Amino acid sequence: MSSFDISVILDALPFLAKGLGLSLGLTAVAMIGGLVLGLVIAIVRLSRFRVLAMLAALYVNGFRAVPLILVIFWFYFLVPLLLGRPVGALYSVLIAFVMFEGAYYSEILRAGLKSVRPGQWQAAQASGLTYLQTVRLVVLPQALRKMAPLMVTQGVVLFQDTSLVYVVSLHDFMTSASIIANTQNRIVELYVFAALVYFALCTAGSALAQRLSSDRQRAH
Amino acid sequence: MPPVTHSPATRDSVNDMVEMIRIEGLSKSYGDVPVLRDCSLGVTRGEVVVICGPSGSGKSTFVKCINGIEPVQAGRIVIDGEDLPSKPAAAARIRSRVGMVFQHFELYPHLTVLENICLAQIHVLKRSHNEAVEKARSLLRRVGLADKEAAYPAQLSGGQQQRIAIVRALAMDPVAMLFDEPTSALDPEMIGEVLAVMLELAREGMTMVVVTHEMGFAKAAADRVVFMDRGEIVEVAETARFFAEPASERARLFLSRILAH
Repeated sequence: MSSFDISVILDALPFLAKGLGLSLGLTAVAMIGGLVLGLVIAIVRLSRFRVLAMLAALYVNGFRAVPLILVIFWFYFLVPLLLGRPVGALYSVLIAFVMFEGAYYSEILRAGLKSVRPGQWQAAQASGLTYLQTVRLVVLPQALRKMAPLMVTQGVVLFQDTSLVYVVSLHDFMTSASIIANTQNRIVELYVFAALVYFALCTAGSALAQRLSSDRQRAH
Repeated sequence: MPPVTHSPATRDSVNDMVEMIRIEGLSKSYGDVPVLRDCSLGVTRGEVVVICGPSGSGKSTFVKCINGIEPVQAGRIVIDGEDLPSKPAAAARIRSRVGMVFQHFELYPHLTVLENICLAQIHVLKRSHNEAVEKARSLLRRVGLADKEAAYPAQLSGGQQQRIAIVRALAMDPVAMLFDEPTSALDPEMIGEVLAVMLELAREGMTMVVVTHEMGFAKAAADRVVFMDRGEIVEVAETARFFAEPASERARLFLSRILAH
């Protein structure tokens, strides 16, 4: 390996940017989809409907008991078998990530909802608000505020996990970097660059989480 | 009922006929532990009833059952002629007609004072934003907190928070107000300002059920006193008589302890 050649990175930038776009896009979809799904699961788990709550718990524990890579495989290989037609790599990965993150976000949101004092529920219900109004107007805003740092941290982990999509031949940022590294035989340059990009983005995410958490402390 | 000699509040004798709250045979238990046993009570319009008793006697639970935020196993609750449904969702509309004030205020910490007072007005009573704000401001002026409408609860003292909690309940134009130990969480120097607001409400003829240890408030404002012990209503007496000659041994014991200091 000769001297550090930055031009190989510059030449590959469009290709790498496309990979980064997939990683960030997948992170965004999985975060938003996972939050929505996680919220539904959390509310069901805390509701009075025992059977539904148990099913929701089963879902969460099931997804948290298996590695993400296995979930990706399931949706890529098994779901097409069930449906009788291929789903496509991107869609299977999107679904797998949303369902997987939904399990994790539901636990964060459930902890957040439970951390709101029972008196808040009682006060809201005493004023005639319905259960769903109470969740939406009184409890959830408080829970989200408390949980914002954790949710951002989970997003950082999620962003790193998007590198797993190489198993279904999708080109995320990490996969793109490793393709260039191997085809150009510039392993050091590409892997140093990839590490720097991950480091920068994840540090920014952690800093945001830190700030949200100190904002919260100031507010109380 | 004989005329109430010690109560400063003058009541319209016609109103005494109208029953605002009727509770019949209320029973509740947590698992095997009974917390309320066969409690019955009627409260007429404009009446102020104070509920007292040793801690753990079930009085807080009882008052929370009146508007259905604590589920009960047996019994019937009638508010202004309407049966409170046992299903919590169906009870929401009737619940909105009974104001509730809690020991720990329970203002919503993520909302300003004004938003706290407007929330249920807008989402339950479907009042317009302007209507709700106007109502909130006029009530805030009455309790002397007009300058606090933009503050968040955490920026206010306990006494201020509790007065705002009372305003939040009053903004719904309730037919009755329930108070669950409204001064127990307050520093001593703030109890007076909250009791003053409650006393004024009582004088204006609000129907009130108040769980409290403030016997001074009971003497000044209550028409009747309910004494509870171990989940039972032991005694219901007209205020002056309750303090002068309580009928039950348990009430006598309780009074001797609480009035000793």
